Amino acid sequence: MTKTIMSVDDSASVRLMINFTLKQLGYEIIEAANGKEALKKLAGRRIDMLITDVNMPELDGISLVRKVREDPLYKLIPIIILTTESQTEKKHEGKAAGATGWMVKPFTPDQLTAVVKKVLP
Amino acid sequence: MSEELQDRMRQAFTDETFEILTALEASLLQLEEDPGDTEAVSSIFRAFHTIKGSGAMSGFDEVSGFTHDIENVYDLVRSGRVLPCRTLIDLTLSAADLIREMVLNPHPGEYGYQEQTASILAGFKSLSPSDEGRKRPRVVLPPSGLNPFMFSAEPGGEVTYRIRFKPVKEIFLSGTNPVLLMRELSGLGDCRVVAHMDDIPELDELDPEACYVYWDIILTTSRGTDAIRDVFIFIDGQCELNIEVVDDGESDLDTSDYKRLGEILIEKSELTRENLEKVLSEKKTLPLGELLIDEGLVDRDSVQAALAEQEQVRLARESRLRAEGISSLRVSAGKLDRLVNLVGELVTVQARLSQTSLRSQDPGLISIAEEIERLTAELRDNTMNIRMVPIGTTFSRFRRLVRDLSQELGKAVEITTEGAETELDKTVIEKLNDPLVHLIRNCVDHGIELPEVRAAAGKKRKGRVHLAALQSGPNVIIRISDDGAGLDRGVIRRKAVEKGLMAPDESIPERELFSMILLPGFTTSENVTNVSGRGVGMDVVKKSVEALRGTIGIESTPGVGTTITLSLPLTLAIIEGLLVEVGGEMFVVPLSAVKECVELGRDSARRTEATRVINIRSQLVPYIRLREQFSMDGDRPEREQIVIVRQDGQKVGFVVDKVIGEFQTVIKTLGRVFRDVTGVSGATILGDGSVALILDVPQLLEVVGKRGGD
Repeated sequence: MTKTIMSVDDSASVRLMINFTLKQLGYEIIEAANGKEALKKLAGRRIDMLITDVNMPELDGISLVRKVREDPLYKLIPIIILTTESQTEKKHEGKAAGATGWMVKPFTPDQLTAVVKKVLP
Repeated sequence: MSEELQDRMRQAFTDETFEILTALEASLLQLEEDPGDTEAVSSIFRAFHTIKGSGAMSGFDEVSGFTHDIENVYDLVRSGRVLPCRTLIDLTLSAADLIREMVLNPHPGEYGYQEQTASILAGFKSLSPSDEGRKRPRVVLPPSGLNPFMFSAEPGGEVTYRIRFKPVKEIFLSGTNPVLLMRELSGLGDCRVVAHMDDIPELDELDPEACYVYWDIILTTSRGTDAIRDVFIFIDGQCELNIEVVDDGESDLDTSDYKRLGEILIEKSELTRENLEKVLSEKKTLPLGELLIDEGLVDRDSVQAALAEQEQVRLARESRLRAEGISSLRVSAGKLDRLVNLVGELVTVQARLSQTSLRSQDPGLISIAEEIERLTAELRDNTMNIRMVPIGTTFSRFRRLVRDLSQELGKAVEITTEGAETELDKTVIEKLNDPLVHLIRNCVDHGIELPEVRAAAGKKRKGRVHLAALQSGPNVIIRISDDGAGLDRGVIRRKAVEKGLMAPDESIPERELFSMILLPGFTTSENVTNVSGRGVGMDVVKKSVEALRGTIGIESTPGVGTTITLSLPLTLAIIEGLLVEVGGEMFVVPLSAVKECVELGRDSARRTEATRVINIRSQLVPYIRLREQFSMDGDRPEREQIVIVRQDGQKVGFVVDKVIGEFQTVIKTLGRVFRDVTGVSGATILGDGSVALILDVPQLLEVVGKRGGD
C-alpha cells in the first residue's frame, strides 16, 4: 500500500522540494502550510509519517508534534522536525514533544531520502 | 538535485518570497504603530527565518546569508535587547526591497549585492548593543549527495565491533523502529544481530507499546565508530549504547585463536569467573553454552550472542587471511617441485586409467575416468600456474645493466619494457637470465650507435632498447629490440665466407644469413670489447634457449634496428604431444611444432626415395625416416604417415608408421648416459607403463639441414 507522508512547512519552496523528492520515491504527500492547517487536514486520516518545520505561524511545529502524539492514531508514527543550525535547542524540544528525529535546513533531496529511509519502514 | 526541481524551486521561492515580503511590510507598519506588538516582531522574525531557510535550499545563497544577519537582529528585538524604532523599520523596509531585487535578478555582476547588503547590515549594526554583535554562522548548503548520517569513514581495514543496544522502554512512543536501525547497521557491513528477549513479560502483564527487547550486534565494518553512532543519532539519550572493538582487523590471523565462549561472557559481565570455573570443573560432556544455560547462569540469548561474536570474528579473520593470501604466500620451491612431480605422476596414472576404462567398455568406469581426466587437467593447470611468476622482476634487473653498459661505451641508451606482468615458469625465468643478458649486451654494444653517429643519421641521440613479453598460446614470446644500426649483411656474409659456411657468390635467404650469427665462434665485431665480440654469446644463447625448448628468431633492418624474438614454452614439466609409433616403439612430437599429418603411400615413397622431398600442396618439404634416424629394424607398413613439423619457418616431415593421437606428456629427463643422444630431448611414461621418447625437433631439423648441405 502506498505510504502517506504529511509535510508541513510555511515555505512553499521547501514543501515543493519535499513533495517532489518523496513522490519520486513513491510516497503520497499531504501538504500543510502551518500546524493549524496540518491538524485540520489530518482529522483522523491515516498517515505513515510526519515531516514538519518548527518555526511556523498559527501553530508552530513543536506544538503540532505534541498535539499529533496525543492522538492514539499517530502515537507510533515517525515524526521528523525541520530545524536550522541556529536552533539546536529546538532538536531537544522537539524530541521531548515526541519527534523521532530532526533534519537541519538547508538539506538536499538525498539527505531527505536518507532520513525518510532511516525512520520509515 | 535535478534541474527540473531546481527550476521549480527557484520559481516557488520567488513567488513565496514576494508573498512573505508583502506580509512583512504589513507587520513592519504595525510595529511602527505599536512598538510593543510582540506578535508583529515574531512574524517579522519568522519571515526572515523562512526566507533564509528556503533561500539556502533553492540556490539563493546570497539572499540566505543576508536574511540570516537580519534574523539575528530581530532575535535581539524579540529578546528586548534592541528596541523597535523608526531607523530599524526603515532599514528593514529597504532590506525587503533589496531582497525583492536579489530574488528577481540573482546574478547582477561579479560582486553580487555585496555593497548594498553591507550598507544595510552596517545600519542594523549601529542599532545593536556593541557586545551583542555576536555572529551566528551562516547556513551553507552541504554538498549534494553527502548524507549527514553517514560520514564517510577513513579508508581502513575492517574492524569488528560488539554493539549492545538497549533502548528505553518508551522508545516506540517517539516513532522509532529498532528494526530499521538494525537494517541501517547491516548496511555498514557484515552484521549479526541477537535479540535478548528474556525481559518480555507474560502476556497479561505485557504493555504492547513498550520495548522489552535489547540487542547484541556484531558488526564488521571499515566505516568506523562514528558511522555506527550516527545510526543511533536520533535516539541519543533514549538508549544504552555500548560499542566495543572485538577485532581490530590487524591482530594475529590465527582463526582458532579468538576468545573462548566463557571469556566473552565474563567480558560482557554476563557470567562471573567463579561460576565459569565451577561449571568447567564439573567436566560434563555437554558444550559449555548448554551447561551454562542448564545451570541457569546465563540466558540462551547471551550464549547465542557470544557464539555469534566468535563466528563473526572467525569469519572476518578468515576473509582477511584469504585476502592477504592472494597477495603473497611463501612456499619453498622444493615443495612446489614435489607437487609438480606428483601431478605429473597423477597425469600418467590418469592416462592409464582412461585407456583401461576404454578397453573395459564399462560405461560406469568410463564416466569415472572422464571425470578424473577433467579434474586432473584442472589440477595440472592450477599447479603449473603456482609456478608461474611475472617476468617483470627480471626485466627491471636489466635497467642497471643497460645504464652501466651505456656509460662504459659512451652511448646514451634508455631501456623500456612492456608486458612485465607476463608470467612464465619460474625455472624458465631463472634459466633465461643469462641469455637475456647476452642479448641486451649485444644490443647496446653492436646495435646502438654512438650519439654522434645517431645524430648524423637523423636519429635521436639517445638509443632505445625495448624488452617486451607477451603470451601467445602455449608460448611466451620475448622480444629484445633496439633502434640501432641493424645487422650488417655485408660483414656477416664476409665472415661466413671466411669461415667456409657459404660460397662467396652463394645467395641465401636473409633469415638463414642472420641465423649464422648464432653459430659458435661467429662474431662480426671488428674489435673485441669487454662487452661483446668474442663470438661466445650468441651460440650460448641459442643453446640455453633450445634447452628450454624455445626458439630464436632474428629480424633486422639496416638503419632501423634489430629485433630478436625468443619463443619459450610456458612450462617445462608437461607438454601436449603427438604420440606416434615407429617399429613398435612410441615417440612423442611436441604438438606445438606439429603442423599437419599426411600419408606417404608406398608408391610415392618409392618415387621420392632418392630425394626425400615430398610435394605438399605444391610446396617441397624434405623428410627423414625416424626408423633410419634411430636405426630401428622391422618392415615399413604399406602406408606410412608423415608428421610435418615447422620450426623457425622451416618445414620438415618425420616419417612414422602410425599416428596414435594427442597425448598429455609429462616430461622426464633422460639419464646421464642418454643425455647426448641426438634427436631426443626426454622421455615420458605412457598409460600402459611403457616409455616413449620425446623428439627434439630443432636437433632433428639440423640433421635434415646437414643432409641438405652434403
